[in-house]
Amino acid sequence: MTLIVLDVLSGILLVAGALFLLSGAVGLLRFPDFYTRIHAVGVTDAVGAGLILLGLLLRTTGWETGIRLVIILFFMALTSPTATHILAHAARRDGVRVWRKGDPRR
Amino acid sequence: MTTFVLIHSVLLAILIATAVAITRMRALYGATMLAALFSLVTACLFVLLDAVDVAFTEAAVGVGISTVLLLGGLALTRSREAVTPRRRRLPGAVVVLLTGGVLAYAALDLPEFGSADSPVQRHPITETYLHESQKDIGIPNTVTSVLASYRGLDTLGELVVVFTAGLAVLSLLGPLARPEQVRPPADFHLADYRVIRVVTGTLMPLILLFALYVLFHGDYGPGGGFQAGVIFASGFVLYGLVFGLDKAQQVVPRAALWLLISLGLLVYVGLGLTTMLLGGSFLDYDVLDPDHPASGQHLGILVVETAIGVTVASVMTAIFFSFAARGVSR
Repeated sequence: MTLIVLDVLSGILLVAGALFLLSGAVGLLRFPDFYTRIHAVGVTDAVGAGLILLGLLLRTTGWETGIRLVIILFFMALTSPTATHILAHAARRDGVRVWRKGDPRR
Repeated sequence: MTTFVLIHSVLLAILIATAVAITRMRALYGATMLAALFSLVTACLFVLLDAVDVAFTEAAVGVGISTVLLLGGLALTRSREAVTPRRRRLPGAVVVLLTGGVLAYAALDLPEFGSADSPVQRHPITETYLHESQKDIGIPNTVTSVLASYRGLDTLGELVVVFTAGLAVLSLLGPLARPEQVRPPADFHLADYRVIRVVTGTLMPLILLFALYVLFHGDYGPGGGFQAGVIFASGFVLYGLVFGLDKAQQVVPRAALWLLISLGLLVYVGLGLTTMLLGGSFLDYDVLDPDHPASGQHLGILVVETAIGVTVASVMTAIFFSFAARGVSR
C-alpha cells in the first residue's frame, strides 16, 4: 500500500518537475528581455530539477542513492540561484535596461 | 534498449547542433559558453557509456577549467571573430571536409557498438586483467589496477605529457616566479557580493573534500589521481575567480606550485627507482611488501595516484594563475 502511495506521489512530483522544466524552456524563448529570461531559467533549475530529484528520492531503494540525491539537491539549491543572482547583477552593471510594457523584444 | 538509443540520439543531436552553432557564431564569449555546453553533453555521453572516469575529467576540465582559460584568453584579445573573406574560406573548408571524411571512413571499420567480438573483448589480456587483478592486486576497480599497476609506465608517460604541456604553457606565458607588480585595483570584485562570497566559502571545503574522496576512493569506484587533480584545480580556480589572484596566491604561492609540479613526477619516478633498488623491475610494486604482494600493490597504487593528483592539480592551477596574471597586468 505504502509502495503504491509512494509511486503515485513520486510520479506526480516527476510530472510537475517536467512541466516546470518545459515552462522554463518556453519562458527562455518567449520572454522579452534578459532579466525575465533569467527568471525563467531560475525556475527551471531550482523548481524543475528540485521536484524531479524529490520524485526520484521517493523511488530509491537503498539509502546510499538517497544520500547522493540529497547532496545533489543541496548543491543545486546552493549554486543555481547564485548563478542567476550574479548574472542579473552583471547585466545591471553592464547597463542592460529593464523591459517595460510596449518596448520591443530584446 | 530503445530508451538507451533515444537518449543517445538526443544527446548526439544536441552535440551536432552545438558544434554548428559554434561555427556560426561571431561573438566569441558566446562561442566559449557553447563549447562548455559541448563538453557537458560529451560528459553525459561518457556517463551513459559507463566511462565515468573520463566523464569526471571532461566535466572538470572541459566545462570548468578550459572555459575559464578561454575566457581569460578572450579578455586579453578582441572578443569578436574577424570576418574572413569568402575566397579565403575555401582552403579551410577543404581541410575540414577532408579530415571529416577520413574520420568518417575510418569509423566504418570500428566494431559495432557493444559487439561481443570486438578486438578489445576477444583479446586474452582482457580476461587476464579482469580475472587475475583481484588476486594480484586485490582492489575492486580494475580500471585503477590497469592504469596504475599493469600499465604504470604508460600512465607515467601520460603524466610526463601533462608536465611538459604545463611547462610549455608556463614558459610561453612568462616565468611563474615573477615579482609582484603594482597593478591598478580592478573596479569590480566578485567577492563584493555577499551571496557569492558565502556560497564560495561553503563550497570550497566540499570541493576539496570531494577531490580527496575521488583520489582515495579510486581503488573502489571511478576516480583516481587525474580526476582528483582536476577537481582540486577547479576548486582553486573558483577561489581565484571570486577572491582575486592575490588572495589565491596567498593560499598557494607560485614557488610552491613550481615545486609541486615537479614533485608529483619525481615521486612517481622515484617510486619506480625504489622498486628497482628493492630488486624488482621498474614500477613493480610487489617488492614494496615482499610477504604480502597485494598490500605492496595497494601502497604503490596509492603513491602513484597521489603523485598524479599533485602534478595535475598544480599544473592546472599554475596555468590559470599565469593567464589571470596577464589579464590583471594589462
